Amino acid sequence: MRTAALLTLSLVPAAVFAQTVPAPVPENEVFKREDIGHALAAPTPQAGHTAASSANAPPDDGQWTMPSKNYASTRFSNLSEITVANVKTLTPDFSFSLAVNKGQEAAPIVADNTMYIVTAYPNIVYALDLTKPGAPLKWSFSPKPAPASQGIACCDVVNRGGTVDAGKYIFNTLDGQTIAVDVKTGRPVWRTQLGNINRGETMTMAPTVAQGRVYVGDSGGEMGVHGWIAALDENTGKLLWRGYSTGPDSEVLIGPDFKPHYAAEQGKDLGVSSWPPEAWKIGGGGAWGWVTFDAELNTLYEGVGNPGPWNQEQRPGDNKWTAGIFARDPATGSARWFYQMSPHDEHDYDGVNEQILLDMPFAGKMQKVLVHIDRDGYVYVIERRTGTVLSADPYGPVNSSRGIDLQTGRPILNPEKETKLGETVRNICPTASGAKDWNPSSFSPRTGLIYIPHENLCMDWMSEEVNYIAGTPYVGALVHMKPGPGGNRGELTAWDPVQRKPVWADKENFPVWSGTVATAGDVVFYGTMDGWFKAVNARTGELLWRYKVDSGIIGQPVSYKGPDGHQYIAVLSGVGGWSGAVVSGPVDPRDGSAALGMVNAMSDLPKYTTAGGTLYVFSLPH
Amino acid sequence: MCSRFPTKWPLWLALTLAAGCNNGSHVALPSNEPAEVGVIDSALDPGVGHSLVTTDARAAAYYNNAEAVNTGKRLFSQYNCSGCHSNGGGGMAPDLMDDVWIYGSRLEQIHQTLVDGRPNGMPAWGGKVPDQQLWALAAYVRSLSLPQTIAAETGNTPSQMPAPVPPEADQDAGWAPPPGTTNDYTSTIVGPSGPEVPADTVGPTNPRPVNAMGAN
Repeated sequence: MRTAALLTLSLVPAAVFAQTVPAPVPENEVFKREDIGHALAAPTPQAGHTAASSANAPPDDGQWTMPSKNYASTRFSNLSEITVANVKTLTPDFSFSLAVNKGQEAAPIVADNTMYIVTAYPNIVYALDLTKPGAPLKWSFSPKPAPASQGIACCDVVNRGGTVDAGKYIFNTLDGQTIAVDVKTGRPVWRTQLGNINRGETMTMAPTVAQGRVYVGDSGGEMGVHGWIAALDENTGKLLWRGYSTGPDSEVLIGPDFKPHYAAEQGKDLGVSSWPPEAWKIGGGGAWGWVTFDAELNTLYEGVGNPGPWNQEQRPGDNKWTAGIFARDPATGSARWFYQMSPHDEHDYDGVNEQILLDMPFAGKMQKVLVHIDRDGYVYVIERRTGTVLSADPYGPVNSSRGIDLQTGRPILNPEKETKLGETVRNICPTASGAKDWNPSSFSPRTGLIYIPHENLCMDWMSEEVNYIAGTPYVGALVHMKPGPGGNRGELTAWDPVQRKPVWADKENFPVWSGTVATAGDVVFYGTMDGWFKAVNARTGELLWRYKVDSGIIGQPVSYKGPDGHQYIAVLSGVGGWSGAVVSGPVDPRDGSAALGMVNAMSDLPKYTTAGGTLYVFSLPH
Repeated sequence: MCSRFPTKWPLWLALTLAAGCNNGSHVALPSNEPAEVGVIDSALDPGVGHSLVTTDARAAAYYNNAEAVNTGKRLFSQYNCSGCHSNGGGGMAPDLMDDVWIYGSRLEQIHQTLVDGRPNGMPAWGGKVPDQQLWALAAYVRSLSLPQTIAAETGNTPSQMPAPVPPEADQDAGWAPPPGTTNDYTSTIVGPSGPEVPADTVGPTNPRPVNAMGAN
């Protein structure tokens, strides 16, 4: 009898057992952009042209040495061989198997005619020689991270890439090391152990390197970590400073330089007093996303992750300094300002998404701004000397708040969508992974638009009591995600930060979990979770070209000039990440609560793609 | 654990242990015919529902035990098992609702996994919580993939009504060739260095290069 049952189970495709994807949340459940978007002043586009400063975005040398392309994080390539007119002839040039079938989120890095790639766990680094036909392997390096780290990573065993600087390729490993390898030999110059998996700390972010320092942070907001950012000496790997996200000012590196704009951030040791006793020690706040160096203002911007546990009733208070952005002194880590997008976050709205540094017209003059496209569903335009929010407008489905109060800087929470212990609150938008997660936008100075790859998902949420047990998850929520209004689970939105509105949007069936790259040919590239690599018109969104790769794409495309002078576009395939765990992980589509509730909205993904991991490089025929 | 050895172990050791570990099933030493020494692929087949027999008298009480699976369900949440395994569907950790058992499906084996932990991130719970709780957890974990438990699922959160584990679920004679196939234990692999030496004469003082265990 048992054998018969087993045979039945194993012969019927798993997809038959998959739940059906839930119905989309009705349109009238979310607020209108015009009703909840706010700005301190009306748009004044005549005051100037939006662009990154030359200090943060120097002239394009055709390389792509850091995931963000430049300090401004524009991810804009000034190469223009590939155009709206000719991109339809784009052709695969070569490919390379990464030999790892987990979510590949890294940007291929190009420096000195060599391409560097770091894979998902086990974080193998490959160097490919672009000067030779087929780009043969120069060397590879296997850091051999502790296997147990796989069980500590909340949302697939991803890695968001490395950076080349001063003859070294610098990256993080899942088990919490930062490693610099010699670009010529592939041998480690130094390796520094920073994270401790027994405390739930892993590392998945891409280091930022500037002024001889390497900035890295930890993951583990779902594991009760005491989150931090660290600066290492680029030559030795020696720890220079570490700033925690919670706790006393001395640990957070808050001192006399700290001048936050809003009253809620002013006071002593708020990283202790805005928590129940001792809760800050396991309060999360990892710096697992983007850290941006501002060469113009000599400032570091650090996105801070969500507080833990997800059950908000276990941590009354503002939970400083989680779910916000720190501005810090790069040399000392000393905090200059902090802005908290989600005080006392109730929905897992990490503050780690990219910060794009622009000079932008606002209120009749050019201002130095940081554009941050947050999980909570808003595009924040922040004056980056002071941390003052100039405007905040929704770009995805929002009903968890009714806009941002620009006097206090705080979201106006919608009480109907606040999460509760033991009670399922339905149709909260955006979902826990946000209107957009970590995957970075790009900005084109030619169009003035930001190309936002994002999600259209909402969720049902019931908070549960959870115990802290070191090395295990610290979540306390039963979540089931679902498509947002319209049913398309993803979207690429071209956003005008000056006019504070979308110019066009391309709908996708699945969340857009890849990055975007914009080029001077007015082409925007991105990938989809069902395995299409696409080129669209930067001005209209019109689909110009697409190519089907072996597995879904969640990586960061790049554009570079090859040794032959031609423009190339590179991207990694390999579906996974939080949204793709139902394919890349041993996850069952029958359990909607699996992968922190993501599976409920993604149970059909296995019908569209399988796990993979391949580098693809494209160019025009030449 | 008969016939399962780390591939790094010397062949002589593996064979010696296998010889002393015949549980009456299929484990057999290579034939001396034809002329070459070969190896047999492990009969342990990770990833399927059956498993070799290990016994622990303590397990018996947790079969047909509705209270155990319900206690296990409560503990599964309290000890944050659900943080990684969700409600059986997995996430940070493997799916427990399917028929894939990396480390064995018998209650004894699941209990052992809970006690010792496993290398890819499963913590070791032995000594941290009372042993009878680990047995109850093992029973709940075993129940998650039972057809009865899956059939009781109504909605998008499975494993809420775990069926007691019937003893038949774990009655398994061990691995057998799939129906319609033959399993030729006499097939051999050509060794790299000349004529055969009978396996039982290969010892630590007389190591000779042979193909490693498995398909290496």
